[in-house]
Amino acid sequence: MTALTITNLWKEYGDQIVLENISIDIAPRSFVALVGASGCGKTTLLRLLLGQEQPTRGTILLDDAPLPTEPGPDRGVVYQRYSVFPHLTVLGNVMLGPEMAGSRVWGRLTGARKSALQDRARAMIADVGLAGAEGKYPAQLSGGMQQRLALAQALMMQPRVLLLDEPFGALDPGIRADIHALMQRLWHALPMTVVMVTHDLREAFTLGTRIVALERTRIRPEEIARYGAQIGKDIAIWPPRVAGGGTIYDNPALRDDPALDTLIAGRPDSIERH
Amino acid sequence: MRLINQRLSPPALLALKLAPFVLLIVAYLAGSAARLTDNPADKLLPALSSMATAIDLMAFTPDRRTGEYLLWTDTAASLQRLGAGLGISTALALVLGIAIGIFPAIRALLGPFVGFVAMVPPLALLPVLFIMLGLGEISKIALIVIGIAPIMIRDMAQRVLDLPREQIVKAETLSANSWLVVWRVVLPQVLPRLIVSLRLQLGAAFLFLIAAEAISSDSGLGYRIFLVRRYLSMDIIFPYVAWITFLAAMADYGLDRLRRWLFPWSEMEVGK
Repeated sequence: MTALTITNLWKEYGDQIVLENISIDIAPRSFVALVGASGCGKTTLLRLLLGQEQPTRGTILLDDAPLPTEPGPDRGVVYQRYSVFPHLTVLGNVMLGPEMAGSRVWGRLTGARKSALQDRARAMIADVGLAGAEGKYPAQLSGGMQQRLALAQALMMQPRVLLLDEPFGALDPGIRADIHALMQRLWHALPMTVVMVTHDLREAFTLGTRIVALERTRIRPEEIARYGAQIGKDIAIWPPRVAGGGTIYDNPALRDDPALDTLIAGRPDSIERH
Repeated sequence: MRLINQRLSPPALLALKLAPFVLLIVAYLAGSAARLTDNPADKLLPALSSMATAIDLMAFTPDRRTGEYLLWTDTAASLQRLGAGLGISTALALVLGIAIGIFPAIRALLGPFVGFVAMVPPLALLPVLFIMLGLGEISKIALIVIGIAPIMIRDMAQRVLDLPREQIVKAETLSANSWLVVWRVVLPQVLPRLIVSLRLQLGAAFLFLIAAEAISSDSGLGYRIFLVRRYLSMDIIFPYVAWITFLAAMADYGLDRLRRWLFPWSEMEVGK
């Protein structure tokens, strides 16, 4: 199982310090929601985890091995925009990853391998609720459907870590609730650790097992460039959610806990859908 | 209603689209008739009938000396040069443009150089080409390539750079190596733009073709126009210019249809 360990991480751009001395252990199968104000370095931290950028100081370990210095198939990503390829159909987008993994020159499979992959892709497309849209191009899909497609495309590679950069930020509330349910189901079903950047606290508490807030503590104009964001809050969700297992709600013995009532109050969505 | 919100009926739209063409023809006919009444031997604005005779002579009557139908041999000669020039330029733009756009080392190596070469005025190089490559076909094709390839290369490179970085990273997380990023992600997305770029360069390509043919050639549309200029044969020059314009307009239209047919998704992305 995949654990991420970040130790004394600094990220600087020239004189500007963005992240300052970040240390955090992320347990296997967690769903970490990374929250914070705009411009506090959430996305920078995600890029570092992706391998798209390198830390100025400090280390990131993935299962006790140093993180590769460029993006790779062990870490999937879904962005708010530009996550799917406009020139490929839904089916083509979902098949792209395994096709490129299986054919290093042409990036296309033929014969039995192709039909096997098509079956797998169709199953994945149906799983995220896009059945019937296999032949459409992304431009013909709504925003919510595009993000479902982006999830399906990333999950075909069976990534050990799934990184989400405000993936549902541009969606309508109703659509967002549906895709939250999907996201939660996928997290329970698949052996992956999820790190999600969001500015929506409600979303963070709906989906996460742990909420990590990045904060700039020194915000006077003369300080702002020389002090980066640090981890301000690190909250484990209670009652704890366990990937694949369920929550306290699946364990009747814990239901008598008097603390439960106050926790549930005002949060009807915390009655999980699984 | 504001003029910018004006809604036009289809017949009105058609009438407006046709109006400039009709106006041009009417103005020509009126001018031609006026000049011919003054001087029946006027060569400047020949009547349509004399143009028809000239077209018949050039296109449908074998040349007395060579037995060839001049308009068609001229067209074939010119289109071969144009096709070779455009083909080479397109291939260069595709390979170098993508390489400059995606590989940092090649961008550093060739980006500024291509930008510099694109500033050389191609027609100023024509004498150099004639001296070094001779007066044959190669120098004419070379002029077209030198004239349009650098611009197309830069356009392609910019187009590759304009692709969202997220897409490239996404492809990497889907196991792509550098080659597969080019082959499955970058190339298919810039091909529609390559066709657009080619369409935009058609006019320039014709310019360089006709300039080269005017100076040294023994066939070709540009050669013929500059040859008959000596005899003030406007009855031949006008149909030739109209023919060249028609060829260019057809190529433009055909390339656009090709793009829509090959890349249906590129049409949906418009305005996004």
